[in-house]
Amino acid sequence: MSRSDDGNRRDDDDQRDPDFGQDENRARADVETGGGREPLPAVPAEAQSGEVEPQQDRGRSILKEIFQGGSLVSILAIVLSLVLGGLLIAITNERVADAASYFFARPTDTLVAAWEAASNSYVALFQGAIFNPRASDFQGMIFPFTETLAVATPLILAGLGVALAFRAGLFNIGAQGQIIIGATMAAWVGFTLDLPWGVHLLLVMLAGIIGGGLWAGIAGLLKARTGAHEVILTIMLNYIAIHLLQFLLTTESFQRPGASNPISPQLDQTAMYPRLFGDAFRLHWGFIVAIGATVLVWWLLHRSTIGFEFRAVGANPYASKTAGISVAKGYTLVMIIAGALAGLAGVAQVSGTEGVLTDGVAASFGFDAITVALLGRSKPWGTFFAGLLFGAFRAGGVTMQTLTGTPIDIVLVVQSMIVLFIAAPPLVRAIFRIHEDGDGRKDKRRRKSERQTVKAGGAA
Amino acid sequence: MKNILSATRRRASVGAAVLSVSALLLAGCGEAPQSSEGNGNGGGGETKAANSDYLGCIVSDSGGFDDQSFNQSSYEGLKAAQEELGIKIQEAESQAPTDFEPNLNSMVQSGCDLTVTVGFLLGDATKKIAKQNPEQNFAIVDFNDPEFTDNVKPLVYDTAQAAFLAGYLAAGMTETGTVATYGGVKIPTVTIFMDGFDAGIDYYNKQNNADVNLLGWDRKSQEGTFIGDFENQSAGKTNTANFINEGADIILPVAGPVGLGTVDAVKEANKSGKDASIVWVDSDGYKAVPEAQDLFLTSVMKGITKSVKDVITADVNGKFNSQPYVGTLENGGVSIAPYHSYADDVPKELKSEIEDIKAGIIAGEIDVQSDASPEQ
Repeated sequence: MSRSDDGNRRDDDDQRDPDFGQDENRARADVETGGGREPLPAVPAEAQSGEVEPQQDRGRSILKEIFQGGSLVSILAIVLSLVLGGLLIAITNERVADAASYFFARPTDTLVAAWEAASNSYVALFQGAIFNPRASDFQGMIFPFTETLAVATPLILAGLGVALAFRAGLFNIGAQGQIIIGATMAAWVGFTLDLPWGVHLLLVMLAGIIGGGLWAGIAGLLKARTGAHEVILTIMLNYIAIHLLQFLLTTESFQRPGASNPISPQLDQTAMYPRLFGDAFRLHWGFIVAIGATVLVWWLLHRSTIGFEFRAVGANPYASKTAGISVAKGYTLVMIIAGALAGLAGVAQVSGTEGVLTDGVAASFGFDAITVALLGRSKPWGTFFAGLLFGAFRAGGVTMQTLTGTPIDIVLVVQSMIVLFIAAPPLVRAIFRIHEDGDGRKDKRRRKSERQTVKAGGAA
Repeated sequence: MKNILSATRRRASVGAAVLSVSALLLAGCGEAPQSSEGNGNGGGGETKAANSDYLGCIVSDSGGFDDQSFNQSSYEGLKAAQEELGIKIQEAESQAPTDFEPNLNSMVQSGCDLTVTVGFLLGDATKKIAKQNPEQNFAIVDFNDPEFTDNVKPLVYDTAQAAFLAGYLAAGMTETGTVATYGGVKIPTVTIFMDGFDAGIDYYNKQNNADVNLLGWDRKSQEGTFIGDFENQSAGKTNTANFINEGADIILPVAGPVGLGTVDAVKEANKSGKDASIVWVDSDGYKAVPEAQDLFLTSVMKGITKSVKDVITADVNGKFNSQPYVGTLENGGVSIAPYHSYADDVPKELKSEIEDIKAGIIAGEIDVQSDASPEQ
C-alpha cells in the first residue's frame, strides 16, 4: 500500500464521522506504530503482552478495545439490534402466532403479519421519538422530538460521568447511586429552602453536584488510598444510596405535610429549570446544561492538563507514575468530576421533568449511562449522541407500547443487544464480513485499488 | 473418551434440533381460515357496536400489570369492562416514575375517554394531566387528593374494616395464641391492613378475655416488619419461617407477590408437622394461588376490579362523577373471602360472631378507624 493512499484514507475517515473523534485514536495509534503507516492493531499493545503485565490490566485492555473499534461497528451494532428486535416483536406477536399455525397452507399470512407487527412497532417508535405526522398542529408534530431531548438529558449527563471515569481507566458502575444522592440533596434544597429566582436553582444545581461528587469521591478516594476495586465500591455505594433514600422518604422532613406516602413535596417553582419552549413541552434548560457539560468534558479531556493526566493514568498508570503524575490524585479527581456530572443528571430529574423525589427518581438511568458511554466509545460527543439515541428509544417506546401494544421491554432488549454487539466487535465484523482494521467501504475501495494496481501491472 | 462423549452429545443435540424443527413444521400444518378477512383488520368482529368508539385506558405504576396486586386488579377491571361493554382499551406499563407523565400524555393523545391510573405515585402526574385536559376523564386507584379537578374520580378502600374481621377470625382460630403479619413497604395502603388486623385481634381479646398475640406490627407505635419492596419472595419466606418458629400459626402477608414466599414457608412448616395457615390479601387467595388452596383461612379482599369496572360503566353511560369512591364492608368494596377449605374447621359460633361484627361495623357501632383510613 502506498503512503499517499493511506493518507487519503485517513482524511476521508475524519470527514465522515467527526462525532466519534476517531482522529484522536488514530493519532495515538500513530504514535504507537510510528507514523501511522501500519493499521491500528486490533488488540492494544498492552494486551498483546498480557502475560508480562499484571492480571488487572486485562480489564483495561478490553475497555480500550471497545473504545478503539470503528464507529461503523457502533452503527452496525445498532442496525443488527434493531433487526433482531424486529424479529422478536414478530415472534411474540399474537397474530403472527395465529397465522403460523397454518403456515404451510398459506405462508404469506405469517410473513405479512410478521412484517406488519415489526414495521408498525418501529413506525410507532419513530412517531414517538422524532416526528408525529398524525398530530393536528405543528406543536404536536415536534412534541416527540422535544420529549426525546428531555429524556436524553439525564442520560447524557450521567453517561459523560461514566465515560470520563472510563478514560481514566475506572469502571464507574456507580452512576445510579450518584444520581440518587445528587437528586436527593438537590430536591431537599428545592423544597425546603425558600429563595428568589435564579439563586434557588443555582443552589439546587450546586447541591446536586456536591451530592454526586461526594458519593463518587468516596469510591475514588478509597480506590486511590487503599487500592479497593472501584467496581465493588461503586456497586455497594449504589445499594447504600437507594436504601438511604428509601429511609429518608419515611422521615417527616422528606414527606408531604399530613401524608405518610414515601414521596417528597413538590419542588418550589423557583427551584425548577425553566421550560425551553413554554409549558406545552417538557424540554427544560437542563438540556442546555447537558450540552454545556459535553463541551466542558471535551475541553477537560483534550485541552487541559488534568484531562491529559486522566488519559495518561487510564492508558498506563505505571508509566504515568514514573512520569511524575499522581495516580491517586487522578483517580480521586476523576471520580469526583464523574459524580458531579451524575449529580447534575439527578438535578435534571428532580428540577427538570419529575418535580418530586421518590425512590424511583433515578429510574435506570445510572445503568443506562454505562451503555450510553460504551456506545459513545467514551468520547464526549459520542456519548452525547448515544444519549440522544437512547433518549429516543425511551421516548418512542412509550408510544410504541400504547399504539401497538408491543411491550416496552423490547426497547430494553434492543438497547442491551447494542451493547452486546459493541462489546464483541469481532462478532459484528464476522456478520458483515468486514476486514478487521476498518469498515466495509474502505475495504472495497482498497480491494478495487489493488485490482487496479494489478491491472496496471498487467498492462505494463 | 472425551471425544466420544462430545460426539454423542453433538448427535443428541442434532436429534433434539431435528425434533424441534419437525414439531414446528407440524405446528404449521393447520388449516388456513376460509376467508382471508382476518388478514388486515384483526379478529375482534363481534364487539358490540354501540360502545366500540369508547376508549378506556390504563397506566400502571412500576409494578406492571402482572404484579398480583392492585395493578393487576385494576387491569382486570378494565378487561371486564371491555368484555361486557364492547369498548376498546389501551394500556401502558410504566417501568419507572419517569414514565408516568409520558404514558399519560400518550393516552391523552390517543383520545382516551377515561384513563385509569394506579397508585399514589401517579397522583401528581394524574392531577397535572387531568388539569390540562378537562374534557377527558380519569380515575385513580388507591389515592385521593383534595386538589384533584372534577374530571378525576379517586377510588379508595377502607381495608381496615375487612382486615378487622380477618383479625378477629385469626384470633379465634389460632391454636398457639400467636399470629403474625408483615408488609412489603411501609405505606398507608399496606399498614391499613395491619392496623385493621391488629384491631380485630384486640377486639377478640377484649370480648373473649383472651390473650392472642400479634407479631410484626404495633398499631400504637406504627412500627413493624417490612420487606422493603414488593418483589423479594425469599425475604417473605424467611420472615414467615421466623414467625412460625416464634410460635405464630396464622400469617397475614401484605406484600403482593412476596406473599408467595409465605406460601412456600407455610407449606414447608406444615410438612414438618406444624399446622399453619395464611390470610391472603387483595384478592381471594383460593383463586389467585390455586396450588395452595388448602392453606388459605380467608382473604382480605379489595374490590378494585369491580370498582374500576363500575366507574368505566358509569362513564360509558354518561354518569361520571368525581365523588370519591370509598370501598367499605357496606358497599362490598372491601370484604373477606369465603372460608373455602376451612369452611368445616371454623366453628359455627365464630362464623356468626363475625357476621355480627360485620353488621356492627356497617352500623357504625364498632369503630375500626386506622391512621391510614381514607376520609369519607
